[in-house]
Amino acid sequence: MDIRVQESAFDLGAEANAFAARQKGMGAVVTFTGIVRDLGEGDLQAMQIEHYPGMTEKAISKIADEALTRWNLGDILVIHRHGVLQAEDLIMMVATSSPHRVEAFEAAEFLMDYLKSRAPFWKKEVTPEGADWVAAKDEDEDALSRW
Amino acid sequence: MDVLYFAWVRERIGHPKDKLETGAATVRDLVEELRGLEERYEAAFADLDALRVAVDQELTDFDAPLAGAREVAFFPPMTGG
Repeated sequence: MDIRVQESAFDLGAEANAFAARQKGMGAVVTFTGIVRDLGEGDLQAMQIEHYPGMTEKAISKIADEALTRWNLGDILVIHRHGVLQAEDLIMMVATSSPHRVEAFEAAEFLMDYLKSRAPFWKKEVTPEGADWVAAKDEDEDALSRW
Repeated sequence: MDVLYFAWVRERIGHPKDKLETGAATVRDLVEELRGLEERYEAAFADLDALRVAVDQELTDFDAPLAGAREVAFFPPMTGG
């Protein structure tokens, strides 16, 4: 399990390749990448991501442990950035490996659903109109019920 | 006990952390105590449904006991990913 909470950017290709290269006996690697999205017409000046140092790593490890007990997985990688990001910056990635694709896909979805509402990150969008905290969506909480 | 605030809770209160001696038995009791401090705390804790709480970095609820707790954190629902 490799969990990283960092301010710096990461190289998606290098991370995905390195993750795939260290999987032994696995037939599937699934990766998900989150990208900072500009909701308007180029008016997102910045996305600020706050987190709770100490708890963040613990919370993500707990979610990853849960995934490892539910599915037959080789390994899990989670990278999540904090600090000030711009539109189109990569904000996070998740990778899972498994002997078969279905489990790798399901585990990646499970990790994403839980990361969204159980890992202590908060996003603030800065636009010309001001800065606003992104509100949690009911759908995100509802998404947990399927697991 | 360290009491931490994140996101708009931190902004409403005006600082990220308080250190206080408290005899509060539960998180809810602690919230009542904080509400009594100053108006900005009252504003931050006006709607508990809009808040989440972690005791010693474990997500829990407002009825959680505080015996032996070293760190309590208040924040809005998370929006990671």
